[in-house]
Amino acid sequence: MAGIVIDESRCVGCGLCVKTCPQGAIEIKDKKAHVGDGCIACGMCLDSCKLGAISRTQEKGGEDLDSWKGILVAAEAYEGKLHSVTLELLCKAKELQCDSKCGISAFLMGKDVEKLAQELINHGADTVYLCQDESLAYPTEEPWADALTSVIEKARPEILLFGATEFGRSLAPRVAARLRTGLTADCTVLQIDKETGLLQQTRPAFGGNLMATIVCPNHRPQMATVRPGVFPMGQGEMRQGTVVRLPVPALSGRVQVESAQPAPESKTIADAQIIVAVGRGIGSQKNMQYAYELARLLGGQVGASRPLVDAGWAQYPMQVGQTGKTVAPKLYIACGISGAIQHMAGIGGAETIVAINTDPDAPIFQSAHYAIVGDCVEVLKEMIAQLQK
Amino acid sequence: MKIIVCIKQVPSTNQVKLDPETKTIIRDGRQSVINPFDTYAIEEAVQLKEKLGGKVTALSMGIPATQRILREAMSQGVDEALLLSDRAFAGADTLATAYTLALGARHIGDFDLIVCGRMATDGDTAQIGPELAEDLGVPHVTNVSEILEASDKELLCRKVTDYGTQVVRMKLPGVITVAKDINMPRMASIRGVRESLEAPFTMLGAADTGADPARIGLKGSPTQVVRTFTPEKTVECQFLQGDAKEAAGALCRLLKEEHLTGEEA
Repeated sequence: MAGIVIDESRCVGCGLCVKTCPQGAIEIKDKKAHVGDGCIACGMCLDSCKLGAISRTQEKGGEDLDSWKGILVAAEAYEGKLHSVTLELLCKAKELQCDSKCGISAFLMGKDVEKLAQELINHGADTVYLCQDESLAYPTEEPWADALTSVIEKARPEILLFGATEFGRSLAPRVAARLRTGLTADCTVLQIDKETGLLQQTRPAFGGNLMATIVCPNHRPQMATVRPGVFPMGQGEMRQGTVVRLPVPALSGRVQVESAQPAPESKTIADAQIIVAVGRGIGSQKNMQYAYELARLLGGQVGASRPLVDAGWAQYPMQVGQTGKTVAPKLYIACGISGAIQHMAGIGGAETIVAINTDPDAPIFQSAHYAIVGDCVEVLKEMIAQLQK
Repeated sequence: MKIIVCIKQVPSTNQVKLDPETKTIIRDGRQSVINPFDTYAIEEAVQLKEKLGGKVTALSMGIPATQRILREAMSQGVDEALLLSDRAFAGADTLATAYTLALGARHIGDFDLIVCGRMATDGDTAQIGPELAEDLGVPHVTNVSEILEASDKELLCRKVTDYGTQVVRMKLPGVITVAKDINMPRMASIRGVRESLEAPFTMLGAADTGADPARIGLKGSPTQVVRTFTPEKTVECQFLQGDAKEAAGALCRLLKEEHLTGEEA
């Protein structure tokens, strides 16, 4: 257990820590700071104290943590192809282990997936744990967790990474709860702390306005999920590796996929390279046509902010932001979007952001690369006219 | 059908503002609300009860003031509520929270279905549903967008995947997390609000639930936040001048220069 403790002999009750605490968990009683129930031990107060009166207690987990070594990546395959995030995680794993030679392994499970093992090896896996069977056409959490847990018990990886796909975000917590270890969702930065050797997992909190770095000091494996597109994929090269075949776990049959319906052919904004996103500043539903026309000319898709979806001018699959889609396009053109933090949480991965808004103080300009202060409808019309030339 | 719906109290996010100088959260006037994703879980649980009969119990872990949102859930058709509240529960990460909620579910006992929201707006982890299912030793299905058939033995539902949708059959008892477009949460009726004030409400602490002190709160949480910081602003914004025509022209030229138009992107 770690907690925040106040050295009362040093505390003068200045209240600086009270102002700093994002949880509002510190109060001054009798001219001394007191840490209350709301404390999540984030440590922001440590730096705020000019008198060094605040410290963190640490409990060492004596358990044989050193016997856990290497990195295991839980691969995901769909229709005979590896998910891009699996290769991105392998690339990251290579970077994390460049100092040590403890090995990278991958866990691959499904129907007809054996042919993908070499691709995992080429992208950095030294060992591929393969569980293949006709009955494994659709991933379901319990059999996957059973097989993966058996690998973890045998291989004892220090770090276990999942793609934050729909299935990865469902499987990873099931495995974490079974192993009683920590899991950090949607990490955007992963690095090894040079002093402690711990995996530092950084993720956005409070809609991306704060970043939190999280560690899992006393439990193994250290588990994290990472969204697709956050890390680069890297180049594969012909390599040698080992494929270890696993027995097929007994299927509990408690969850059965009866049928699967592919998403309609139309491209989704989640993997669009160019997005023209529309907010309240578009003014009327009629003006949406200009966004669609610009998107067509640029070869992109149309996204929307939440108020537009709530108003019924756009459909939910088009919604970008905290409660909608997270997107990572090369170009994001925000038209009449003010840039509320919930919206910004969804576009952190965009390479170039263009913002068009009538309000020169709109928060969207803080994150934009190019900005136009003006009516987005007029600018859209002009852009369409110029691109059509 | 005996249904448990798990809900969380979160800051009403549209009021979260950062102090531009100290970069800390301005707490003034920040209200707590039911996690928006959980409102769909409440509605789905209540609709199932109305169809099949039975009872819906709302379950939450939080400070005593969480009672207010549990009463709100009861005004929307939930029959009773259990709040797990104890200083010892404080500082829990998802593992410790799921363990604690599992204790609550066992205390309620004999449930057929647990319904959770897809995730909470303050943490965004979407981990509690699956972790809770594992702790209780029952199956789970995430991101359910439609319940097609339900009995107290099994559930046939549609779930959203990265590649489309699936129709999934789950044996009960089990846990589902529901997608946000699964239903339209109802408004509380005046009668509902009145009845919620009288509805059975229980608050239990760590000792009442037989919690293992090593598995709850900060002590039972494997993950630790070591640092929080505001992301550095690395973007230098270039304002394009002129009227709509001039600015649009400048932008089109820039996009072409950066090969961001058409197929080249």
